[in-house]
Amino acid sequence: MMEWLSLKEWSPYLVGFGIGLLNCIAFLLCDKPLACSTAYSRTSGMIEGLCLGPKVADKPYYKKFSPTIEWDWMLVLGMIIGAFISATLSGQFHLEWVPAKWSLAFGNTPFLRWVVAFIGGIIIGIGARWAGGCTSGHGISGTLQLAISSWIAAICFFIGGIITAMLIF
Amino acid sequence: MFKALHIKKDLQLVIGLLLGIPFGFLLQKAGVTRYDVIIGQLLLTNFTVVKVMLSAVVTGMIGVHLLRSFGLATLHPKPGSFGSSVIGGLIFGVGFALLGYCPGTIAGAVGQGSLDGLFGGMAGILIGAGFFAEAYPKLDRFILRKADFGELTLPQLFKVNPWVIILPVAIGIVLLLLWIEKSGL
Repeated sequence: MMEWLSLKEWSPYLVGFGIGLLNCIAFLLCDKPLACSTAYSRTSGMIEGLCLGPKVADKPYYKKFSPTIEWDWMLVLGMIIGAFISATLSGQFHLEWVPAKWSLAFGNTPFLRWVVAFIGGIIIGIGARWAGGCTSGHGISGTLQLAISSWIAAICFFIGGIITAMLIF
Repeated sequence: MFKALHIKKDLQLVIGLLLGIPFGFLLQKAGVTRYDVIIGQLLLTNFTVVKVMLSAVVTGMIGVHLLRSFGLATLHPKPGSFGSSVIGGLIFGVGFALLGYCPGTIAGAVGQGSLDGLFGGMAGILIGAGFFAEAYPKLDRFILRKADFGELTLPQLFKVNPWVIILPVAIGIVLLLLWIEKSGL
């Protein structure tokens, strides 16, 4: 068992099957689909609240998604812990300044990579809230409910992503 | 049966954490918490992301609809519109390729030690989400409701029993995955 948990890689189909089951459990026990991006809105609102005071919670968007620690926030926290456990068990945990594929194409200076990651982060943060979900909330949990919004959004994620990646590399 | 559990807020927070741990564990085991794998997918040279997503969709689609048939689950389809789903989706895609992670996989990336994910990406996502919250009232008035279709699902659109859609979608996804494997991607 321990040996299996320490493997560097599992079949993507096994992982997909597992995520599908987790979604079933989430629906059953929590009445919610697995989704991540709302947690970022909440955190952003919490940080804004720390800087600007409690009036931030009156913003219409934070009335919809309150800037407090909720289920989705704990889910994302759990994901960080889970990935840490997995990477530690397989000996893959290490501090990585620049990903290999990036450094092969653009060099290994962290500054450029971090600036692009930061700009990409801003854009994906806006896009996720604009579309009302991300690769998990729309891409997996929404499409499996056969929601039309999610199928359209997921296809657009990849259209935008593939075109942009082809332009960069 | 689980209605009483759904409203226990503190317990729900614990369950959220307990679901997140295997979720992050699984994403890391598939390698999709790595920039190289995600960019490989967007460059169409590595299909791991699509394999994980589609097998999760088939499993979850059948499982959740079975639960629903037994009265154990309620669907929560998100509302959508051209202005929100298409434009937001395309914006997301541009960020997806620049960042090389998505809001879920970046949590896993941070967990395995990715510093560009932590200091670059996560900081960016928080700021982007903040910008959106600021601009939300205007966006909502002018763009987000353009060509609104609400919380519609495919079975509702075609006015059929969900299984009439689930079966062909599941078969289509399995065939697509078989084709991807056969092509050696």
